Amino acid sequence: MIERTPIFNLICYTILALGLVIALLPFGIVIIAATLDLKAVNTVPMPLVPSSHFWANVQEAWTRADLGNKLVHSMIFAVAVAFGKVLLSSMAAFTIVYFRFPGRYLIFWLIFITLMLPLEVRIVPTYSIAANALQPFQAILDVTGLTSLFAWLFGIKIKLEWGLLNSYPGLVLPLVATATGTFLYRQFYLTVPDELAEAAKIDGSGPVRFFVDVLLPLSRANMIALFTIMFVWAWNQYLWPLLITTDPKFGIAVTELKTLIPSEFGLPDWNVAMAGTLIIMSPPLILVILMQRWFVRGLISTDK
Amino acid sequence: MAPISIRDVKKSYGKTPVVHGVDLEIESGEFIVILGPSGCGKSTLLRMVAGLEEISGGEIAIDGRVVNQMEPRQRGCAMVFQNYALYPHMTVADNIGYALKVAGVSKAERSRRIGEVAKALSLEPFLARRPMALSGGQRQRVAMGRAMIREPKVFLFDEPLSNLDAKLRIAMRAEIRRLHRRLGATSIFVTHDQNEAMTLADRIIVMNAGKVEQVGTPEDVYNFPRTRFVAGFVGTPAMNLLEGRVNEDGAFVYDQGRIVDLPQDAGQAFAGQRVVLGVRAEAARLVSPEAQGALVATADFIEELGASRVVHADFDGLPFAVALTDSVRLKPGDRVGIVIDPHRMHLYSAETGAAILTPALAGTNLAHA
Repeated sequence: MIERTPIFNLICYTILALGLVIALLPFGIVIIAATLDLKAVNTVPMPLVPSSHFWANVQEAWTRADLGNKLVHSMIFAVAVAFGKVLLSSMAAFTIVYFRFPGRYLIFWLIFITLMLPLEVRIVPTYSIAANALQPFQAILDVTGLTSLFAWLFGIKIKLEWGLLNSYPGLVLPLVATATGTFLYRQFYLTVPDELAEAAKIDGSGPVRFFVDVLLPLSRANMIALFTIMFVWAWNQYLWPLLITTDPKFGIAVTELKTLIPSEFGLPDWNVAMAGTLIIMSPPLILVILMQRWFVRGLISTDK
Repeated sequence: MAPISIRDVKKSYGKTPVVHGVDLEIESGEFIVILGPSGCGKSTLLRMVAGLEEISGGEIAIDGRVVNQMEPRQRGCAMVFQNYALYPHMTVADNIGYALKVAGVSKAERSRRIGEVAKALSLEPFLARRPMALSGGQRQRVAMGRAMIREPKVFLFDEPLSNLDAKLRIAMRAEIRRLHRRLGATSIFVTHDQNEAMTLADRIIVMNAGKVEQVGTPEDVYNFPRTRFVAGFVGTPAMNLLEGRVNEDGAFVYDQGRIVDLPQDAGQAFAGQRVVLGVRAEAARLVSPEAQGALVATADFIEELGASRVVHADFDGLPFAVALTDSVRLKPGDRVGIVIDPHRMHLYSAETGAAILTPALAGTNLAHA
């Protein structure tokens, strides 16, 4: 229903403007606070006029939180997670949509219900696996009695160990599986006409070739949308990186933010904290601004 | 160029059979058109030849090799799809050359052959365009080019012209015929359009409900339809079909008691049987309603076709079409007399639908032959 009356328009604009203010006000306060000096930021109420200490605050935050290193870590982490998610979900959806094998619906729904199992729910077992990625195999060997058999036969005790703590694989791998992405890709593949796959078959291309030559280029908008969402999501991850990066040198930017927050009895330099926040929130912000056009197109998916 | 043998080929989806045992020998270089209404299994049959559908029973051999278990790419078939199935993200040149790229043909060789094909199809100005930027006819030619470039042994067409407008369809028809004469590849063309079938085919295969009704040249299929279905399906307007009975005198009695004399001797053999009398529109003439032996009907409407006209008459509630070459002054509701040429009558068994009397063999009893 589309209505065009001046009063209705006014109501719409008011609601939209209100929403905008609510969404942007905290952000504005962060920017303003980042430009103030220690004294100004602690006056009550805080002045809402920007001052000139922005650069000094940024420099202070940068060195104090070791952001040079941490931003690089964050960048590698978020790109790897987002890229891994795109690759894995496109391939998973490809198998589900284009291959007829028994139990494919079951598998799809199994993937789908993992939506209800976010990382926070399975964090203990996941941590335990990350501490030793070969643990499940060790368990299998132990339970089947192969370990004791080997010990008895050769006098060697099998002990499999592959620790992933404080490493990029440990940081990234538990996060790359994505039900949302698989679902998005599945819906996209279902809109690709069957004849395209048949034409490719007749042209002599196998499934992998078809995937690389036809499906991937066709899903470019999808890929960009998914990458953008997942990059922002990964960048903002807190709990998992906090758990797995036990070595302080290996932290990522978001968890490092806590070193900038003034402690109870320390100097209340919120201006520096806000400057650090600004730096850390800018990469996903820039990505979203750059990818905006693609992002929308990928989600509404009419690009064919 | 390769002969194709289809031996007792069946297809069923789960328990639902869609193709019931088709036997067909296609000679090398022949142009075969499979004609039938939608859902008759014609596309399924084609797709089984292409390798896009599994064969549930029977055997398909291309060039003497049984291909049942072969992947589509091993069969040496090229296919043109109804909606063209062009790769939307590739240029025309890439679309045409994709099969060669997959086959690992060098870039220089590839662009040489793309050039040749593009020239043959007058696609040269569009090579750098995407399919989105082409008209329907151009897309159709790209689809043809993609099939041609592989120099296949067998060409398969799945209703390739049905998305084009009428004029373009006729032009493409001629083009396909010309290409076939030049390339000489064995071709199977599926369509529900009888004009396409008539103009393109060396032989037409009429299918209905998963069965082959008739195999023959276009003239054969038109002049001597072997079943009631073919009689009703092929030809515009469709053959007039009247269901009735043959009486003791060997005359056809139409259900409302009208009597039509059958050719001499012919009628006697079927005395007492229920039959369907088939009459092509051009085998009937209009006469005055008072004329001797005329069947009286009411003119319903007149279809003006330029060179000829068809009078659609209401024959006791059933439509009956009569083709005329001279102009007539008739208006709807006029009473007309219809005379049927006895030498151009077809009789079908009402029970099985099989032809029991065809004009060429007028006087010969097929049931006994």
